[in-house]
Amino acid sequence: MDFVFAQFLTGLAGAASLFLVASGLSIIFGVTRVVNFAHGAFAMLGAYVAYTLTARFSGPFGFWGGILGASVLVALFGAVIEMALLRRLYRAPELFQLLATFGLTLVFEDLVVLVWGPDDLLGPRAPGLAGAVELFGQAVPSYDLLLIALGPIAFGLLWLLFHRTRFGVLVRAATQDREMVAALGVDGRWLFTAVFTLGVFMAAFGGAVQLPRDAVNHTIDLRLIVDVFVVVVIGGLGSVGGAFVASVLVSELDAFGILVLPGVSLVLVFVVMALVLVVRPFGLFGRAEAPSRAVPEPGRKPPAPLSAPARLAVAALVAATATVPLWAGDYLVTVGSEILIVAIFAASLQFIMSAGAMVSFGHAAYFGLGAYGAALAVKLLGLPMLPALACGMLLALAGAALFGWFCVRLSGVYFAMLTLAFAQIAWSVAFGWTGVTGGDNGLLGLWPDGWAASPRAFFWLCLAAAAASVALIRALVFSPFGLGLRAVRDSALRAEALGLGRAPVQWAAFALAGTVAGLAGGLFVFLKGSVFPDSLGIGTSVDGLVMVLLGGIGTVSGGVVGAVVYKALSVWLISQTDHSKLALGLVILALVLLFPAGLGGLASRLAPRRRRAAAPAVHPAVGVGGAP
Amino acid sequence: MTGRPAMDLLAVEGLAKSYGGVGAVRGVSFALAPGEVLALIGPNGAGKSTCFNMLNGQIRPDAGRIRLAGTDVTGMAPRRMAGLGVARSFQIAATFGSMTVRENVQAACLVHAGGMARPFGRADRRFRPEAERWLDHVGLLAQADRPAAELAYGDVKRLELAMALSGAPRLLLMDEPTAGMAPKERHGLMRATVDHARRNGIGLMFTEHDMDIVFTHADRVLVLSRGRLIAAGRPEAVREDPDVRATYLGGGLTFAAAPGRTEAVS
Repeated sequence: MDFVFAQFLTGLAGAASLFLVASGLSIIFGVTRVVNFAHGAFAMLGAYVAYTLTARFSGPFGFWGGILGASVLVALFGAVIEMALLRRLYRAPELFQLLATFGLTLVFEDLVVLVWGPDDLLGPRAPGLAGAVELFGQAVPSYDLLLIALGPIAFGLLWLLFHRTRFGVLVRAATQDREMVAALGVDGRWLFTAVFTLGVFMAAFGGAVQLPRDAVNHTIDLRLIVDVFVVVVIGGLGSVGGAFVASVLVSELDAFGILVLPGVSLVLVFVVMALVLVVRPFGLFGRAEAPSRAVPEPGRKPPAPLSAPARLAVAALVAATATVPLWAGDYLVTVGSEILIVAIFAASLQFIMSAGAMVSFGHAAYFGLGAYGAALAVKLLGLPMLPALACGMLLALAGAALFGWFCVRLSGVYFAMLTLAFAQIAWSVAFGWTGVTGGDNGLLGLWPDGWAASPRAFFWLCLAAAAASVALIRALVFSPFGLGLRAVRDSALRAEALGLGRAPVQWAAFALAGTVAGLAGGLFVFLKGSVFPDSLGIGTSVDGLVMVLLGGIGTVSGGVVGAVVYKALSVWLISQTDHSKLALGLVILALVLLFPAGLGGLASRLAPRRRRAAAPAVHPAVGVGGAP
Repeated sequence: MTGRPAMDLLAVEGLAKSYGGVGAVRGVSFALAPGEVLALIGPNGAGKSTCFNMLNGQIRPDAGRIRLAGTDVTGMAPRRMAGLGVARSFQIAATFGSMTVRENVQAACLVHAGGMARPFGRADRRFRPEAERWLDHVGLLAQADRPAAELAYGDVKRLELAMALSGAPRLLLMDEPTAGMAPKERHGLMRATVDHARRNGIGLMFTEHDMDIVFTHADRVLVLSRGRLIAAGRPEAVREDPDVRATYLGGGLTFAAAPGRTEAVS
């Protein structure tokens, strides 16, 4: 019992840091609608800077001054980034800022290694709080008690800020309806910068106060961002109180999950999040998002099937690609196969993202299910490659149909987070079920059948699969089913009034996209000869998002272009430099700033503008017209 | 109006809905015959939109019965109501902004024909002549290739009408069908719609702030005030009704009795 109490206190202490970081993310999202993927990286940066400052200045003033100073420095850095980078992107398509903040994350991860080295760094103990206090016969670190107090204090200060100051009232108003706040004459640029700076300050502070408890290293940003996403979504986006309750919940689940169910503690948090979202689609304390009054970009052409000359050009491109194995070496051909495989993955994600407005943060689940399905079909059933690929697609279809049934009941960021939760659950199963999946060691020795064993034959197989997948997806987009999918995206209200329900259409699209992703996953197994839990990991999901956003979310298959550019670039950079993340991040940032509509959007920008005078401004009234 | 047919197309009894204890609609009953044109009027906040939203299933009533051609449809989901022949336009018009004007109507035709699930074939080649016929009917044919998001608001209303009519509805609900149109266009659009409804036996019910439109085109007028039906009958009778005059005049509305281009302005 006493031990349980001590564990409970440990959970509460962990909640403080989580709450600080999460409420920062929540506030930023609420006002700017930016899903700040770099939020975990800002927290990590806060911890690193605090490490340096507290090492330089000792004593209580040095320690606390160092922690606060680090938070302020990182917050100022955040302000600079907001003004230099994000401010240019607020009018870009939805979620494009995610791409920019992902680029930032890559840059930060490599920068901290350059500055602080790759090893874990252990921060100093807080002066005067290095010991432990005896509570019910258990030694509880005094610093933990301080953190337990810090959480409610921070919550109280935030509450005062939001309810007793003009700035806070503006933030709450903008969270509910930012167009109205802008219409009332509030300078949105100033408000956005201030909010972003505040959010980054809280992230950095949350990261810095963990310094005496946890070692800091250059990978904590990803772990943090996932935890924080979970907290924010369970609590309800934009709700600081929700973030507080959820951070306690998540932290306690972590603390006790390890005791009660060591094998599945990883998955516990995600199961709880999925349950919360199924029962309360907007989190515990969240409210339905106000419908955005954003209008589609003027002058954007409705998507249309390719014209005959364009089809010829694409066919010529495919034919030219097919000649690659004839003149390129094995390494290049293998890289080419990998690019084709990720292009299939990106195309499948783009189908639900662009035509369906279903932004999945967990599309890797179906890539990975396809991979494990194919691998297990070989290992357990002894099937040849093609039937094994079909098994992989079936497993992906089953997973997408099951998870998708829950996901399509949500929309927007909540949809994204539920897909992420399911992907993490799938990842945990692959990681933990060592008897079947091999766990962290993966499954090895999975090579293509003889006819496809040579790199060039496998390349052609991948090319055929990619061409067929992209053609199929394009045909789907322009089919009656695709029109229906676009209809429920544009106006679920209108579609419903016409007799077309949203959920069934989106569910079918989600399952189809999962199946195609499963094909990519299966091919990937035979390319690498192995499969690891990484294939279901958040890294794979984010790669998919980056490729689609890079290609242009407003296009039908720009994701293919995004996949080719992103994959080729990352493979090349890894071979050229030890700081490939830094370079890749900088390239992504440059691309984001140069092409805010994505690479695919470039084509439509260069195309001659449509004649805008075609439509008459005044049309003859219907029928007889006029007064009686 | 000559005698009513034996079977009402729409029969509403004791319809009620309240929000947080405030009665938005309180015990409204009326009936609508095929081919009949019924206007629902009342000051802002009288409960017109709530009433409309219950009729097509957008909102579930707290009490009351809605029968469509004898079938109880109370609380039925909008997409099932659509299948039974209920079409509507919205007060804040809703169309598919990323599609062309023509594709909007094609989508409506596809849903109505049950062909929306087909994963093969080109959607833009289905129901093209039908879609263009309806666009011509509402005067939008010249703009068939424009994205719907670029249309002027009055034209969006026309597009909604074309989409609603393309499904060959039995009951057409129009929430402020002429909002956003020039005064001259309004009568033309209403006349064409009313003629179409009468010819095809469609029951047409609409809300409108333009009193001139209401008294020119409606066969009967229902007047809502604070959720209750305070008057119902032929336009001339309703216009002379003292309660109605008090409601509108008391609400600070000008309400000219003489025919002409007058509008209730709040």
